Parts: sequence; C-alpha cells; structure tokens
Amino acid sequence: MPEKRIGEPILTAEQISLAFGGITALNAISLEIRRHEILAMIGPNGAGKTSMLNVINGFYHPQAGTITWKGETRGHMRPYHAASQGIARTFQNVALFKGMTTLDNIMTGRLLRMRRNFLWQMVYFGPAEREELEHRAHAERIIDFLEIQTIRKTPVGRLPYGLQKRVELGRALAMEPELLLLDEPMAGMNVEEKEDMCRFILDVNDEFGTTIALIEHDMGVVMDISDRVVVLDYGRKIADGPPDEVRTSPEVIAAYLGEQR
Amino acid sequence: MTLSAPDTFPKLLLKHARLRPDRPANREKDCGIWQSWTWAEVGAEVEAFGCGLFAMGFRRGDKLAIIGDNRPRLYWAIAATQALGGVPVPIYQDSIAEEMAFVFDHAEVRFAVAEDQEQVDKLLAIKERCPRLETVIFSDPRGLRHYDQPFLVNYATVQQRGREFAGDNRDFFRGEIAKGSGGDTAIILYTSGTTGRPKGVVLSFDNIIVTATNAIVFEGLTDREEVLAYLPMAWIGEHIFSYAQAYCAGFCTSCPESGATVMLDLCELGPTYFFAPPRIFENILTQVMIRMEDAGWAKRKLFHYFLRVAKRVGLPILDRQSVSFVDRLLYWLGDVLVYGPLKNTLGLSRVRVAYTAGEAIGPDLFIFYRSLGINLKQLYGMTESSVFLCIQKDGEVKPDTAGPPIKGVDIRIADDGEVLFKSPGAFQSYYRDPEATVETKRPDGWVHTGDSGFFDGDGQLKIIDRAKDVGRLEDGSLFAPKYLENKLKFFSWIKEAVVFGDGRPFVAAFLNIDLEAVGDWAERRGFAYASYQDLAAQDTVYDLLQSCVEQVNRDLAAEPAVAASQIRRFLVLHKELDADDGELTRTRKVRRRIIAARYQPLVEALYSGRPTGRIETEITFEDGRKGRMRAELAIRNVATSLPAVEPVVSEKPPPQLSPVDTGEGGTRVSGRVGADIGASC
Repeated sequence: MPEKRIGEPILTAEQISLAFGGITALNAISLEIRRHEILAMIGPNGAGKTSMLNVINGFYHPQAGTITWKGETRGHMRPYHAASQGIARTFQNVALFKGMTTLDNIMTGRLLRMRRNFLWQMVYFGPAEREELEHRAHAERIIDFLEIQTIRKTPVGRLPYGLQKRVELGRALAMEPELLLLDEPMAGMNVEEKEDMCRFILDVNDEFGTTIALIEHDMGVVMDISDRVVVLDYGRKIADGPPDEVRTSPEVIAAYLGEQR
Repeated sequence: MTLSAPDTFPKLLLKHARLRPDRPANREKDCGIWQSWTWAEVGAEVEAFGCGLFAMGFRRGDKLAIIGDNRPRLYWAIAATQALGGVPVPIYQDSIAEEMAFVFDHAEVRFAVAEDQEQVDKLLAIKERCPRLETVIFSDPRGLRHYDQPFLVNYATVQQRGREFAGDNRDFFRGEIAKGSGGDTAIILYTSGTTGRPKGVVLSFDNIIVTATNAIVFEGLTDREEVLAYLPMAWIGEHIFSYAQAYCAGFCTSCPESGATVMLDLCELGPTYFFAPPRIFENILTQVMIRMEDAGWAKRKLFHYFLRVAKRVGLPILDRQSVSFVDRLLYWLGDVLVYGPLKNTLGLSRVRVAYTAGEAIGPDLFIFYRSLGINLKQLYGMTESSVFLCIQKDGEVKPDTAGPPIKGVDIRIADDGEVLFKSPGAFQSYYRDPEATVETKRPDGWVHTGDSGFFDGDGQLKIIDRAKDVGRLEDGSLFAPKYLENKLKFFSWIKEAVVFGDGRPFVAAFLNIDLEAVGDWAERRGFAYASYQDLAAQDTVYDLLQSCVEQVNRDLAAEPAVAASQIRRFLVLHKELDADDGELTRTRKVRRRIIAARYQPLVEALYSGRPTGRIETEITFEDGRKGRMRAELAIRNVATSLPAVEPVVSEKPPPQLSPVDTGEGGTRVSGRVGADIGASC
C-alpha cells in the first residue's frame, strides 16, 4: 500500500480552556488535525473528549484559546457556520429523524448544499429540478457506498442500532465534509458491525480523502485504524502521537489502569 | 430450427442487435435507478470486452472464470468469451478459496473476471496455487485502489483497450464469431457435487440452444418476457433462464441491486417468467404469514377467509375447470381484496410461467401459490441435461410430479428404478474425467441420472430420491430419506432435516429450526432466548417440533409403502447446517453421509435409547476462521401411528398409538444444552 499523504494541519486548536461553572472540562488543550489523517481521541469517561469535539464544531465556545480552521482563526462561531465550512459530525447518541426514511435523512445532509430556496423547490421546475436530481444522485452514491440499499425507504426508527449509526454516517458524508467528527461511532455495536464500520471509516478516508477525528473507547479499533492518537485525562492532554508510541506511554497507562503505588 | 439459424450465443447476440436493436437486453439497478442496455448496446459492450481480452492474450480454447453476483458485465464476459472461442467457467460466488482453487486448477483457467474486492481477495489468496492463472479482471474498483499487483486489470480498462483494438481491426470480432459452430463447447459448469469433488460438466452450444429453444416453444415465450437474474451464475438453471433463453428468445434479463434487495427489485420489476427453488417460495410464504400475524384483526380475518376460498376453488379456476358462479364471484372478490395486492407486493402479479425445481416442493406450499392464480409448475432436469427433461403442461399440474418428457427427450426407468434419459441437451463429458463420463453417459447413449423415480398413471415422472440414497430398514421395508426430510421441511418451523434409517431398526432424525419462524413464534409467546443454540434447545421448541413429527408420522401411516418409515426419535441440532462446513451443497442440499460422519456420536445416541447426545464439532466462520462448538442435545421419542388399515368395523380414522419403542415416547426428556463457542483464529 503506498504511503498516505498526510498533509499540513487543517485545524489547529491552541490553549483551549472550557469550564462549566466550577468544573474545568478542558484545560489549555492544544492539538492539531492534519489533512487526510485519522485522528483518534481517547481517554477515560469525563476526560473532555466530547467537549473537545463540541468546541471544534462550534457548539461550545471556549473561555480561552483559539481555533484556526484552514488558516483562518475564528472568533465566535455557530455549528451552522462550522457545517457550511466543511465540518460534519455524528453524535454519541444517534440523532436522526426517526420518522423519516434513510434516503430522506441522508438528503437532509445535502441541505446546506442546496442553492435554490424552498419556493423554487416547491415549484420543482427547471434549475430546482436539476438540482434535486443532482443531490439525489449524490445521496444514492452514499447509499451504495455504505451498502444500505435495502433500507433506502425504511423509516430509520425501525432500524437496528448498528444500521442507524451507518445512516448517521451517511448523512454526515452527504455534506461532503473536509473534516468529519465521529463521536463514538462504534459504541454499542457487536464485533461484526464494528468491523463493518471500521471498513467504512477507512474507505471514507481513503476514497474521499476526508480528514477524520473520532472518539472511541475500543482500543483495538483505535490502534488499528488511526494514524495518530490524542489522549485526554481530566481535561488535559497527556499524550499525542502514533498509536504504538501512545500505547507504551507511562502516563497513558497510568490514566487507564490507575497509578502504581 | 432451420439450418441457417444462429447456432452460438454470440451469433444470436448479433441477430438481436440487428433485429431488435432498441429493445432492452439487460437492466441493472444502480444507485436506486434501473439502468438499461439495449441489444445494440450489449453487442457493443461485448465486442469491446472481447476485443480487449484478445488484445491481452486470450486465445481460442482458453478458459475464463467468472465470479460474482449477477451483473450485466459478467454476462457480457460470458458472451465475449464464447465469441472468441474460449470457454466461460462460472464459479459459485460464495465458494471459499479452497473450492475455488480446485476448480481453477482443474479447469486450467488463465483469465478470471471478479465482481469486486471480496472476490479479488479470494483470487489473490489462491493465486500462488494456481500457476496458470495470469490475469484477474475486476468490475467494481471500490477498495482496490491500493492493490498494485500487475495482473489486476479494471474491466473498463479492458473494454477501453478493446475499443482501440476494434478501431484498428474492424471485422475482427465478427470474424471470430463466424468461426464458432454449434458443436463447440459453450460452457463448463461445475456441479456443486452432492458427493466428493465437483465435476465440470461440458455443454455444447447445440446442447443448450436446442433445449432452451424447445422449452421456449413449449411455453410460448416471446421477446417481451421479463426475467430477474438472482440465482448463482454458476448454476445451470440460472444460465438457462437468464442467459440462454434470453439470447434465444430475445427477452430482457434484469439484475438486482444486491443480493439483499431481491424481493424489492422483484416487486418493482414484475417478472413474467420466474424461477425459484422451493426454499425461496417457502421463505416468501413464511414472510407473508409472519407479517399477517402483525396485521390488524379485520385484515387477518379477511386474509384467512379468502385464502380458504382460494384453496377450495383457486386450482380448478387456474386449470380452467367448471366452478359454480358463486365461487367464481367469491374468488373474484378475493382477487380484488387479497390475492391481487398480495401478488403485487411479492412482485408476482405479471408472472405467466413460474417454475420450481431442484427439490420436492411441499404440496401445501405449491397449492398456495397456484390457488392465488400464479401458474407455478414443476420441471425435472439437471446440469447434465441442460435442464429441461420434463415440464408440467398447463392444466395438468400436480404437486408431486415433474410432468411428462418434453419434445426430443426420451426417458426410461431402469430395472432398479433409476431414471435414464436421452436428449439433445445431454452433456458432452465431464471435463478431464473420462471415467466419470463413461459411468454416467453410457456408450449406448443413455445418461444415468442417479435419481430414483417412476411414471405415474398419466405419464408424468415422479422422482422420489437419489437412487443411491434409497435404502432399507433392518426389516427390509423401503426407506427413502429425502421423501421423509421433505415432509418434515414442509413445516415452516423446520429449516433442514436429516433422517437416518438405512440398515437400522427404525427411522431417526436431526432437525434444524428455522430461526426466523421459530424465533417469531417464541417472541409471540413471550419465551426469552439468547441465541440460536439456546432457542433450539428449549423444551417448548422441542414440544413444537414433536407435534410436527407426529403429524408426519400420521401422514406416513396413510401410505403403505412408507408406513414403516415413521420417525421414532429426533433431536434438534444446536447449529444450522452450513455449506461452509461442507454439510450442505452450495445449492443447499443436505450431504447426508458427511453429516452422519460429522455427528457420529449423535447418531449413536439416537439409536442407543439415551436421553441426550453429546457432540463437539468444528465450525467455519464466514471469513474462513475455524472454531469449535460443544453441545449436549436432548433427544425426544415420538409416538407413531398405526398404518391405515382397511376399514373393518368403525369408520373413524385409526386411533393413535402411544409410544411403541421405549415405553416413554412422547414424554419429555430433560437435558439442557450447554453449548459454547470457542474461536481459535
């Protein structure tokens, strides 16, 4: 396999601090996400992993620190802006529209890419029709990619959890993101579903060149698929490096297994 | 057929491209939309691929293996190979690498067309062992971007080279096609092999085209038929229905989006000509029944009422017999309210001719479909006969026969009951296996089928079993295992059954539950279960299956010839019989001998009178890893019924006997299963 071209940092977070009342969720964390890489964020419960993702996609606003996205340092930002600038995410608890079909859910991911307003779309004529077809074709390519043709017309509320997770990934992909944030994409899955999901994550990274930052608890998965691992513990970053290096770091072992007395 | 008629498939392709260039020849659902190719377009695609193959060194007589789901591109590869005078060798797409290696080596395959990464991976695994294999062409490049083996080529690249080549050599392809003739080898199909190694059945163009054409004439098929190609391409039936007959009659073959979407695609497409083995009809019915259980009270009542109407008058109506006006009216109403919508949901509303074959079909199942107005018929055939030997005629359809021989076919029953035939479709030989060829196709021209059967009063062939499987019980009475297994399998709860009895004092059985049907049954009754093994071992499930076996025994008791074959003891296996473990053939027929050897301790236990049997088996996971599985299984005794005696005094049916053999028949034998899996990778 030829070497993957991991490029310059696409997103840099510097000295991010975030507190909720007296609780410090993130304590002066700096990290960078490089183009084309798969970055895993690990750490014990409450370490601040999800908070970090939320900061990256503009859901939380840190009290201190800056985030530079593609060379542009940003101030106050809403998730909407993050999404329109190419950052997509999935959630720890599946957050799909349960009553809508798989296809419709994935189509909602195209919303930001639609140029015509809803009046145009209601008329469904000329450019609006062409645009709809274009988006549908894109959604279908994702359905094909994720091998979920059988459930195209099934309301997602009726699907098993593993498939819902896959649909959620599909919706995130529909945005054609440059950076994809996955919050525990494999939580609650059985081994086979996990293997499938790993395959899809690697394929997304490979075929679409999407940069991926993910949170995952399954160490086997993390070590297998990520190019780099960042370890958080009590809101601090305690390690950052290739999986093999992180695995042997005494501080990481201590965080996971407890301090040796 | 006149002398000037095209005698090879590539010639037929040229004919259709000329006569009906704009009619669809292939369809495939891609990205949610049906894409179609006309005959003219297929002609061009086949030429491009054929020329590309030639440019890459493929020569007359070379073999090209084809592995994958039904895809237009793979069908084109068959036609292109035949056009160049090569021989296509389709391979079952779910074969594991070992099986594939055997066929590749035996057939001396130089080129292979693989559908996707999964198949390419298997080929890479066997490449070392198959030195003759030079080039692997893949159709779907997904996931293959980083494969840098020089012998891997994209299908589109081959076609591109072909177009360049054809640009420089305009008449080359037609010239190659003209060199072919009807006597040439059209295809080598490896039979799944109920016993031993697969054998390569060599069929000529004449074999296939004459037989396919005879059947087309018999059924009056036209170029307007619609067919869904969803069964394995390596299977003769699929090859005949979706390729040979399509090329002979000029109709359109459609490919489903994926194996999992077949039912949806079937519904959208509405084929007019449909083939399915009995198990698929069975699955469909099981699905329908399960879903009806979920329907509202009124719908359920309506459904069952009209099913009863259909059962009573549907068959006579389909066979154009006289039926009272009221019944006709009721049936018509049923058609509007139930049968029509049901057939539409199943995608069977446009079916003119539907076949089932390969295994016996349950009479209830068969009658169910026919009573809905679906012209489901049975046929008899095999790879060695290019399928068609017997087909049931419209209006003369019975659930347990295979119909009379079709035009050109001669059938004789040997003294030992074996079915022999002579037919224009009789195969040429087994590839590189003259001994087996002579054994099957005798010098006097009769082909020995290995099936045991007889003609009934109406001249329809009735197959009871494989000749070598028919045995005798210890007391000399007839034992036809498949006949019993089929009776058991007709219950929706029972997925597979294996019976033993040859040379034994009585008949005993292994049963496999149908996870879907039994799981649903258990759920409805609020029985919790953790896994397949757990469910299979539950006492309530045993009770359920016991009632099925008892019903079979009552049926058997009514037939003097097999009354002695009533099942005395049975157990429910802790795992599903699986082709990957060699327990079933790829077409899902049980390999009785292999199972008997593998589960030897259980067979012993069945005949020892012990209440449980202990077993440890090796299983193969889908990815080829092996694991071991241990279980202790309960064994049940079953009540047998008295043979139906001539009515002597009372007119009541014979009373049911309670336990005969051990005195505790019908009673519950305790014993939980302690099954566990240990994977060793």
